[in-house]
Amino acid sequence: MSCATQRVLRTVTDLSGPAGTLPMSSYNNSARFNEARRVAIFGGTHGNEMSGVTLVNLWVKNSAEIQRKRVETKPFITNPKAVEKCTRYVDTDLNRAFSPENLSAPEGDDLPYEVQRAQEINRIFGPKGSPEAYDVIFDLHNTTSNMGCTLILESSKDHFNLQMMNYIKKAIAPASCLVLLNEHPLLKYSTSRSIAKHPVGLEVGPQPQGVLRSNIFEAMRVILKHALDFIELFNEGMEFPPCTVEVFWVSERIDYPRDANGNIIAMVHPNLQDCDWEPLNPGDPMFQTFDGKTIHYQGPGTVYPTFINEAAYYEKQQAFVITRRETLVASAIRKA
Amino acid sequence: MEHISFPPLSRVAICGGTHGNEMSGVYMVREMQQKPKADQVGSVSITTVLSNPRAVDACRRYIDKDLNRCFTDDLLSAPVTDSTPYELRRAQELNAQLGPKGSQEAVDVVCDLHNTTANMGLCFIFYSLDWITMHIYKYIKSRITSAPVRAIQLDIPMSEAYSLESVGKHGCAIEVGPQPGGVVRADIFNLVKEAVDLTIEWLQGFNSGSTFEGGEVEVYNMVKSVDYPRDPTTNEITAAIHPELQDNDFKLLHPGDPMFLKFSGEAVKHEGEELYPFFVNECAYYEKKIACHLGKKFNITIPSVSVKKD
Repeated sequence: MSCATQRVLRTVTDLSGPAGTLPMSSYNNSARFNEARRVAIFGGTHGNEMSGVTLVNLWVKNSAEIQRKRVETKPFITNPKAVEKCTRYVDTDLNRAFSPENLSAPEGDDLPYEVQRAQEINRIFGPKGSPEAYDVIFDLHNTTSNMGCTLILESSKDHFNLQMMNYIKKAIAPASCLVLLNEHPLLKYSTSRSIAKHPVGLEVGPQPQGVLRSNIFEAMRVILKHALDFIELFNEGMEFPPCTVEVFWVSERIDYPRDANGNIIAMVHPNLQDCDWEPLNPGDPMFQTFDGKTIHYQGPGTVYPTFINEAAYYEKQQAFVITRRETLVASAIRKA
Repeated sequence: MEHISFPPLSRVAICGGTHGNEMSGVYMVREMQQKPKADQVGSVSITTVLSNPRAVDACRRYIDKDLNRCFTDDLLSAPVTDSTPYELRRAQELNAQLGPKGSQEAVDVVCDLHNTTANMGLCFIFYSLDWITMHIYKYIKSRITSAPVRAIQLDIPMSEAYSLESVGKHGCAIEVGPQPGGVVRADIFNLVKEAVDLTIEWLQGFNSGSTFEGGEVEVYNMVKSVDYPRDPTTNEITAAIHPELQDNDFKLLHPGDPMFLKFSGEAVKHEGEELYPFFVNECAYYEKKIACHLGKKFNITIPSVSVKKD
């Protein structure tokens, strides 16, 4: 057994001592973060993604399940008008609306509904980028893609989030929860969760819009349970040793083949449909035209596609995204 | 065996986008409209119709009102004013184009393409006992092997029949799932295409004088619908379809089998006679207060058919 391993074991044992005992840090490079005292759970950012809508409504009525010591967790429906109409959005996609331009625009009733909402949410849970912003925001989403449980990370340098995601993955094993990292300067977008210091996206699929599937709902519920457990442990002073986290790093967006009028002329190929996270090799079938011809992937190497055939992305010119597999190293963390 | 002759079936309408977010039909119609000379296949002249273009543009089920509930005799003859919902107007336009319903001018066969979020495979839906559409079903069932093919019969008199296919002399809805709204899946599209091609093939065979043998066909009917458990004060649903029922359309439900799983963790069980569930967890039915339909399975003997020779 190495010395490093012995230190890790000693740290874990120390924590079983009397409440309030803070173990000496075993790691010179342990990153310090403030206690995560204010946490929000957003549902209904897209009004027809039913797991989050249902969970948040449940917890607004009775928050017992999401209570943890030393943390205030606020469940919140971000887009109530869209939820009422069971539609993704009313005027514009709320999950693209939190740009600096929108947040600093002068208030007014003539602004699109979702921009007004973004400003309101920024007031309650932000301001974005300031010390007053919420510590953690979980934003609950569903996808029609066969992505299973996916945690979405916005920064490869957020060691707090990396440690949380590692904790969740280990807690639900052998069930799987993958991590999607979207840090691409052109493909990254201004999400509702980006208000927080530590934004966490939770995307579970496949589920049709407007439909509530029991298995998808319960899976999301379990992941949040573990996420809140992590925050509670962190706030109590637990030190989390360095760890590695496998991530799928977004590198490119692939659109459907289209005609001169912008209509799609092919569908995701049956061989690619539902194969999120599986390797796509050069020469593999990618699209099938409506009259049955195959279009093959012509990229330079093997990639990992995801968000394959997401309903909401037809209008965003996206059939799927391409990711590459990377391993990130998270430093040890403990509360400041 | 009984034998019935029918006049030639030379005019068929293939309709898609009756619900604007059910994409197989939308793309099928678009695809057919782009093919040159696709409007005449042998003895069959084909009209392709995008039933609800505004809903298709918005990628929504409907704009004001569900188009596929607008074809009762009463609604088709109601006066149109400025405040008439879009879909009621559109239904009357479609009735003028493909009907009028119940008249000699109506097209011979209306085939309306739909998708469902329920795991129903390929399902024919028709009114009462129409031998033509049941023969088309029998023909397709014997030739499609990539998905289960079933039929649901709605026992409704024609005057009260509310859906688009009731406008034709013979009509059926072809419902294929599971597919989310707004999505086109290649496997589902290919299935729909195969069904449309086989329908046209049958019609050509019929018109050219083939006799199609009758026999027993298996059909489901609808006994009742079941709503979600709801909170009595807020009316919000308090349970989801149980994981053991989810995706198990047409698997016999016995008394005591779980139907719903409440958010609080308890199961709600099926009570009463053994029945077959279908349209389990169809997205569009939440607002109609339907979690699933329940029905019985039975056999119908259909006569052999051929075209009337003068």
